[in-house]
Amino acid sequence: MVPISYYLVLSGILFACGVTGFLIKRNIISIFMSIELMLNGVNLSFVAFAAQWHALSGQIFVFFVMVVAAAEAAVGLAIIIAVYRTRETLNIDRVDLLKL
Amino acid sequence: MTPNLHLWLIPVLPLLGAAANGLLGKKFSRQTVVAVALLFSGAAFAMVLLAASRFSSLTTPHIEYLATWIRAGKFQVDFSFYLDQLSLVMLLVVTGVGFLIHIYSVGYIWEEGGFYRFFAYLNLFMFFMLTLVLASNYLLMFIGWEGVGLASYLLIGFWFTKDSAAAAGKKAFIVNRIGDFGFLIALFLLIKHFGTLNFDQVFQGVVPMGAETGGAGLLTAVGLLLMVGAAGKSAQIPLYVWLPDAMEGPTPVSALIHAATMVTAGVYMVSRSHVIFERAPVAMTVVAIIGTLTALFAATIGITQTDIKKVLAYSTVSQLGYMFIACGVGAFSAAIFHLMTHAFFKGLLFLAAGSVIHAVSGEQDMRQMGGLRTKIPWTFWTMTIATFAITGIPPFAGFFSKDEILWRAYQASWVYWFIGLFTAFLTSFYMFRLWFMTFFGEYRGVAEDSHHEPAHDIAHADTRAGAPAPHGHGHGGIHESPRLMVVPLVVLAVLSFVGGWIGVPGALGGSNHFEKFLGPVFHATTLGAEGHGVATPENESEGPEPQAGHATELIFTGISVFAGLLGFGLAWLLYYRDPQLPQRIAASLGGLYQAVVHKYYIDELYAALFVKPLIAGSALILWHGIDRDVIDAALDNSAHGAREVSDSVRHMQSGNLRSYAGWVAAGAAVVIAYMIWMGTR
Repeated sequence: MVPISYYLVLSGILFACGVTGFLIKRNIISIFMSIELMLNGVNLSFVAFAAQWHALSGQIFVFFVMVVAAAEAAVGLAIIIAVYRTRETLNIDRVDLLKL
Repeated sequence: MTPNLHLWLIPVLPLLGAAANGLLGKKFSRQTVVAVALLFSGAAFAMVLLAASRFSSLTTPHIEYLATWIRAGKFQVDFSFYLDQLSLVMLLVVTGVGFLIHIYSVGYIWEEGGFYRFFAYLNLFMFFMLTLVLASNYLLMFIGWEGVGLASYLLIGFWFTKDSAAAAGKKAFIVNRIGDFGFLIALFLLIKHFGTLNFDQVFQGVVPMGAETGGAGLLTAVGLLLMVGAAGKSAQIPLYVWLPDAMEGPTPVSALIHAATMVTAGVYMVSRSHVIFERAPVAMTVVAIIGTLTALFAATIGITQTDIKKVLAYSTVSQLGYMFIACGVGAFSAAIFHLMTHAFFKGLLFLAAGSVIHAVSGEQDMRQMGGLRTKIPWTFWTMTIATFAITGIPPFAGFFSKDEILWRAYQASWVYWFIGLFTAFLTSFYMFRLWFMTFFGEYRGVAEDSHHEPAHDIAHADTRAGAPAPHGHGHGGIHESPRLMVVPLVVLAVLSFVGGWIGVPGALGGSNHFEKFLGPVFHATTLGAEGHGVATPENESEGPEPQAGHATELIFTGISVFAGLLGFGLAWLLYYRDPQLPQRIAASLGGLYQAVVHKYYIDELYAALFVKPLIAGSALILWHGIDRDVIDAALDNSAHGAREVSDSVRHMQSGNLRSYAGWVAAGAAVVIAYMIWMGTR
């Protein structure tokens, strides 16, 4: 059996990748994918713990996260399309009207 | 069971009139306004007459409870009304004279703007004055006390577009506040020591206490503080300065509020509190001295005034001084007697003066009058009766009351009597001076033809436009006043003539019904036989007076009548036979005359001592120092600070989404680091 530390390290790597991508990427789609990566990193640690402790709640939580992520994807992609239509760019640095 | 007289209706009826006229009067026609005002004030008078007619069947004091106002622990203040001989006399004077002056005002003020406002205020005054008189505790009395001050302020400033009227109103209000301060502190002292403000309970608590002969104690303090309040309301030294200025108001107001009723509230209050004063000889002495000084002081100023209303105003101050002399020597019933006769003749004097002013189209300077005797005969004859009454010529009303006061004053100290007598001489002099200057000699005013002002109704179409020329009734020519004004004059003249007969002293073969009537009020709770120190003159007069006393009293009566006649003679000499003489005398007196003409520079002194330092202090310390530099500055600086902090912080919100993400990540990193640190501890 794979020890839980392996899962956790993988989960941390995935999450760190997500954060890094979120911070350095300029394309909105890429940022959006980085967010999904972070969510999945967290999901991994949830299921790992659920398997370790034989507790169902971790798995159920993952389902919830996936449902919310799906909903977020639907809304987020719609916003991205709206932004593209008005700004004709997906570069996040140029979507900066909301500032002083 | 005692009958229920519904005493609460007496003050509330005028309040209804005030509310109706004040709230809806703008839409009413003049006739409706008059009907409302007269109906409600007349109804109050009728209620008082009803109460008076059933008075003999009552057990006094008759107290009627209406509702509880304040209850805090054992302390309780009720809306309840107190009817005894003293308040009955006051009620009759207030509603009777008040009703007559309401009638007179209809004729006087008919052409003025703000007609409804005037009657609303007048009714409001009646409400508060009746509350003051009927109150069964000091707090309710204080409400009336403040309320009449308010009504007085509103009516003095009736022509509020005139600067001097507005300033006079403010002056009256502020000077009265100083007196009210003393009154309030006296109330706090009473609450602290007796736990109640009801007259009955306070006096019950006071009665067992002996006279404070050894030194000043609680009762002396209360008495002196009450006297401060009375000095404010009743225009005594040092707070008399507002009353002469109050003559800026319409003349019926001067008659009702500043002569007949409101200014006597102080005398009423001191008499009501006689139980306290009788046990505080120091306070009594102070009252008598203040009264004596005021009587003399105001009378000397009255001699030199040329404004007909100002003469009467100083005369009022002086006569109020007499009442306080009477209070100060313990002759409370004499004070109330003089209060009543004074209400008749001084009210009449003011109303007649108003009629004179009306006749000469708003002129108030007596030097511009003269020879009006034949032109306005009704006014002349009624004013003559009033003049004879105030100067103490028998058998007019003022003679009996003034003589009573002088006799009682003599029993206390010959100083009071002598100054009182001298004041009586001065009173007689300035009143006959006024009489001769106004009604005799040649008419010195502008020629009659020039009085035609055909545009007068345009000038009076609006309150604000009409205000600068308050008395400008341009009927043209010198004319007698309308009947509505003459009837109250005649009624008051009759009262000024016969009003004194109810108190004819024993020395003159009468039996002094008035004092006997008031007896239960002033004797029931006076010091008993064991009370040592204060010899109250009432006690002495209760038994049959020795015959020698009568003889002495008659001599004194003769002296005071002689003083009155002397004043008449001097006025006749100076202002009728040789009108040039006064100017020569004035010139030879020089500085002294100037000092008196300028009212001893008291107003200037007060301005320099109190008003200017207060205004300067308020401006420099309170306004600039505290309001602007502390309160405003605190607010302004906190706003500036918030703005500067936000100015520096707002750059975080760059609009760059990735920088926001960086902040979020950094924040999350901090939180995680903290949790790890906490976990490893």
